[in-house]
Amino acid sequence: MTALAEMPGREHERHRAERLPRLLAGVAPGQPADLRHHERTYGTLDLPTAAWNGDRAAARRAAARLIDAVDRAGLTGRGGAGFPAARKLRSVAESGRAAVVVANGAEGEPASRKDKLLLSRVPHLVLDGITLAAFAVGATEAYLAVHGGNGKLMANLAGAIHAREVAGVDPVPIELVGIDDEYVASEQTAIVQYVNGGPGLPTFTPPRTHERGVDGRPTAVSNAETLAHLAMIGRYGSAWFRETGLRDEPGTTLVTVSGAIKRPGVYEIELGTPIGELLTLAGGPAERPQAVLVGGYFGTWLSAETAWPVPFARSSLRASGAAMGAGILVVLPDSRCGIAETARVVRYLADSGAGQCGPCVFGLPALANVLEDLAFHGGRGDAAERVASLIPLIEGRGACRHPDGATQLAASAFRALRHDVHWHDVNGPCFAAAEPPLLPIPGSAGSW
Amino acid sequence: MVNYRLRVNPIMCQAHGLCAELLPEFIALDPWGYPIIPDEPVPEDLKSLARKAVAACPTLALLGDKAREPRA
Repeated sequence: MTALAEMPGREHERHRAERLPRLLAGVAPGQPADLRHHERTYGTLDLPTAAWNGDRAAARRAAARLIDAVDRAGLTGRGGAGFPAARKLRSVAESGRAAVVVANGAEGEPASRKDKLLLSRVPHLVLDGITLAAFAVGATEAYLAVHGGNGKLMANLAGAIHAREVAGVDPVPIELVGIDDEYVASEQTAIVQYVNGGPGLPTFTPPRTHERGVDGRPTAVSNAETLAHLAMIGRYGSAWFRETGLRDEPGTTLVTVSGAIKRPGVYEIELGTPIGELLTLAGGPAERPQAVLVGGYFGTWLSAETAWPVPFARSSLRASGAAMGAGILVVLPDSRCGIAETARVVRYLADSGAGQCGPCVFGLPALANVLEDLAFHGGRGDAAERVASLIPLIEGRGACRHPDGATQLAASAFRALRHDVHWHDVNGPCFAAAEPPLLPIPGSAGSW
Repeated sequence: MVNYRLRVNPIMCQAHGLCAELLPEFIALDPWGYPIIPDEPVPEDLKSLARKAVAACPTLALLGDKAREPRA
């Protein structure tokens, strides 16, 4: 899965000269790292003794210090939104009510593998992060949500949680939750509604989950990778965390690289690594690249020449009109049709909505129709206008961000591939429209 | 100055369209019949009609929010 070499545990020092890998340091080929291997690689997780001996005031001060360290580290959420982790923890901690922590390990993005890699190979790092987050916010309940359909992962995680119970690692027991495999089920309000005994569908906000989540209590929902970084900050501190990456966006991040690339897989990079360099790390393009999908199915197409020099970091991607999303890069080669790829993904997103909000229920299929017309049936010379008039009728009009992701993807295709769009609009489908999909569509043939 | 803003819970909304009928000056309908609500306070002279629209929504999807706006 990953091309990164395993790092022997004994050589691990707190102030390593080599800076990478961090999260993936404990990845052993083929099997999950057990608790012993985990502690040998990263060191033991030492919660302040105040948390154990019941001194509540001292525990609260220690929790505040931990949140301050996360703040100084500059950790941001790695699930897509990029919200500052310390701000989320603090707002839940300062509610003064018994809180809840939910780890989102059910990565919904079909082109993402990073959370699955963490949970299947270094599960204790994520579980450590859950325990630290629970300590930080004063939680009395903690959940780890993954796709229930993945029986092997569920069993491995149940085993890891049990091993920690036996060793007495987690003061707040971690409950494993298997959510539906549907795309929208991994949206954070959907997970909270599911834990509450309802359907795994997004809910209307406000109230937001950090105000009112599981059992109506303040709930910190965090991505699995974010929690793994928290586990590292809890051990080695904020100064260590900032030794890599950019001044304004410190640390490392996981990126899932796929498409026309020689060594697809999950890579841990310093934030700010140029996209071209990152793709070289993954063996370089397998064919002449045309464009790069950045951020996943909620993401953005950038032409290859635009993408190559852009540092993989939130600010520089934003300046290029893209977003980091959940850390995904898919290389589109010259031999494939970006319009056809976009049409299939938008159709998939249209089909995998929760079916709750009108603009999403009617708008996304309409958008998919325009793209499919253009890709497979020949345009009518007005595709750009049709898309431009549909997008404002969809964007920002759902309860969750699902429709916005689809419109962003479609809009970016019309920017990055505009010559191609024009060509299709005039000439009809291209020779590559019949090629099998490069972007995996779950539930159909050819997905990986 | 207390502003009155409208928003719609898109999960509850079933496109009955009563809101746009009561308040056509402010609310438009999209091609599928769902209301498009401007992201701005309801004009003073439409406030009472806006409150009526909120009360008339058969699925309780139209919500009115009072919010004190910071002075410019």
